[in-house]
Amino acid sequence: MSERVLMKGNEALAEAAIRAGCRHFFGYPITPQTELAAYMAKKMPKIGGVYLQAESEVAAVNMVQGAAAAGARAMTSTSSPGISLKTEGISYMAGADVPCLIVNVQRGGPGLGGIQPSQADYWQATRALGHGDFHVLVFAPSTIQEMVDLVALAFDKADQYRMPAMILADGMLGQMMEPVELRDMGDVQLPEKPWAACGHQNKRKHNIINSLYLQASELERLVKERFARYETIKAEEQRAERYLCDDAEIVVVAFGATSRVVKAAVKEARAQGIKAGCLRPITLWPFPVDAMREAAKTAKHFLTVEMNMGQMVDDVKLSIDCSRPVSFFGHTGGVIPEPGEVLAQIQKIAGGKE
Amino acid sequence: MKDFNMIFAGFGGQGILFVAKVVAYAGLMDGKEVSWLPSYGPEMRGGTCNCSVCLSDEPIGSPLVINPNVLVAMNTPSYDKFIDAVQPGGVVIVDSTLVTVSKERKDVRLIRIPATELADENGMKGLANIIILGRLFKETELCAFDSLEKGIAKSVPPRKQHLVEKNLEAIRLGQEQA
Amino acid sequence: MAVQFHRPHALIDTPTHYCPGCPHGIVHRLVAESIDELGVEGKTVGIAPVGCSVTAYNYFNCDMIQAPHGRAPAVATGVKRALPDSLVFSYQGDGDLIAIGTAEAVHSATRGENITIIFINNAIYGMTGGQMAPTSLPGQVTQTTPYGRDVHYSGYPIRVCELLSTLDGVALAQRVTIDTVPHVREAKKAIKKAFEYQLAGKGFTIVEVVSSCPTNWGLSPVDALQWLRDNMLPYYPLGVYKDIGEEAAK
Repeated sequence: MSERVLMKGNEALAEAAIRAGCRHFFGYPITPQTELAAYMAKKMPKIGGVYLQAESEVAAVNMVQGAAAAGARAMTSTSSPGISLKTEGISYMAGADVPCLIVNVQRGGPGLGGIQPSQADYWQATRALGHGDFHVLVFAPSTIQEMVDLVALAFDKADQYRMPAMILADGMLGQMMEPVELRDMGDVQLPEKPWAACGHQNKRKHNIINSLYLQASELERLVKERFARYETIKAEEQRAERYLCDDAEIVVVAFGATSRVVKAAVKEARAQGIKAGCLRPITLWPFPVDAMREAAKTAKHFLTVEMNMGQMVDDVKLSIDCSRPVSFFGHTGGVIPEPGEVLAQIQKIAGGKE
Repeated sequence: MKDFNMIFAGFGGQGILFVAKVVAYAGLMDGKEVSWLPSYGPEMRGGTCNCSVCLSDEPIGSPLVINPNVLVAMNTPSYDKFIDAVQPGGVVIVDSTLVTVSKERKDVRLIRIPATELADENGMKGLANIIILGRLFKETELCAFDSLEKGIAKSVPPRKQHLVEKNLEAIRLGQEQA
Repeated sequence: MAVQFHRPHALIDTPTHYCPGCPHGIVHRLVAESIDELGVEGKTVGIAPVGCSVTAYNYFNCDMIQAPHGRAPAVATGVKRALPDSLVFSYQGDGDLIAIGTAEAVHSATRGENITIIFINNAIYGMTGGQMAPTSLPGQVTQTTPYGRDVHYSGYPIRVCELLSTLDGVALAQRVTIDTVPHVREAKKAIKKAFEYQLAGKGFTIVEVVSSCPTNWGLSPVDALQWLRDNMLPYYPLGVYKDIGEEAAK
């Protein structure tokens, strides 16, 4: 086991990506993710990798598309407004089955919003990372250690399913330092990518990376094939953490940094004799429907706690077919919920006042 | 105190983030759960700077400290901004060279240390933050002393390791001010 | 009897969807001939734009990537950074390159990105049916300038080679056309030279091909070429705007 070191989330994420075999990073400065790009700028030249500061988020994501289409393990990172600009490229990559990693260190919105931690891009990440019928794998870490561990997984899953993957973090995880263990992954062997546009070397037919299909029936067929793959992903790739959920009557659902606050509140509620638990989605797409259904066996009430206006509520309701009441508590705009506030909500529900 | 929820605050350039990192590393060396969360963005450009540090035996929930039980204030605006938020029974350390205490609370322990002056007099320019850390350690024993030493060594960049000894001197000077 | 004229290997043997008289076919051929002559098809990656030549990926035998509108230089950048030894070209029209893709074009040029842009300037949006392009001429009637392009209202056309030739990263910026056989030969030489520069690592190269669009100009192919000579060439003079020549590679 290697030493636990203190690292900023943004920098730890960058180092983890490098260890996962990423050698191509294209970015554009935006708070609060900038340290990630700065770390790449420092490290990549020393290991024969590429860090390139693009002229815009739009250019950056398309550079990722080019490098990834050529077979490289490529990534970009940004914060909320930057994702809006990247959605064009993400949609094209989804439509051309090009794997890559996109990092969103979320800040408050809409518009220029703010720069404090937020989870207000949940809908965007799980519903609308661009135009058209498609999904992106979305991983939501809650600690820097988990963020580091999910980077390699996200790259691998992106390659496995040939689709973009996203790490949905927030300004708190990006900016804070906490102990992290970075594993030496050795020489990472990337999977074969026989589909890549890397020059046919006169050995095969030419490869085409493309999302344009002018025949409606052909486009429909391809989208349906992709959605069949999504069904496999839904069956295989749901991830969630259950904290004190076994007998929980009040299940608090929270992802990312917010779940840290929720766990503290749940622990306190337990100390007061309230049967509360925290169910934490680690994958936001696919949403951990099975874990929700399992929790509904004991739960009388669900509460989602988010740093937004309640964007995850619908997914919880749909998962359990609205069989239990689902309440919401949260803050937005960069305000971080406090354990005491969450505890008060749990107490209110326990007292039958909600 | 079992858990430490601390705010370090002052001007940019006073080494606020550095001293906070030393404390976080010291906690880590003690085997504690730790977190370090700086203020960021335009707030920093304005010249003020603060950092939340948590040391705990339990996993840390929110790393953002709202009601600290330790406040280190190295300028007046920081003292004014955070003094009301300190938990009753908490420890407040101010650099009395720079901080004008306009409002005193009876329910916290206020420690004044002329850290900037001490640093200037003892050839420790720029180490007022570490002198304060020595005083804070004396007051709270927030970690083992050798963890504090390791925290310094870990936080000083590799190419500046020659400064470690000077930092330890500053710690001792701070301790002696009790 | 020896075959004197044949399809370049780098062009796929398939009918194109281009309109009768459209110069895309000629320029595709010149690109393909250059790839053949340099023997680099196996390490070439082409980037198709959005516009009439969006399906260029169906015509070139090398590996191809279709890029979002205007982003071809960024996609090309990504490919080139991942595969520095490859030959990477983007093939873009005027709307793609210098309206929606201005930032990508200018910044790939100023970075000295070691790629080649083949730029087809026909002063109109073809694919969408004849709207004003950033290179539409003053007074030119299009679907969206039905009373002629009023420069006081819609602004002036952009001269791409002149603009990019001011940037230090550019190794070659040349404007050619395809209205006559000698001009076609000159265009071919320019394209091949651009590829040679790229293979030598000299930096960013662009060949602007002043072209016609008989369909959207509402002219016969022959009349369109005359219109090109009478109207386009005076505004977009042919020539070499930048050539670092035999200067050593960076």
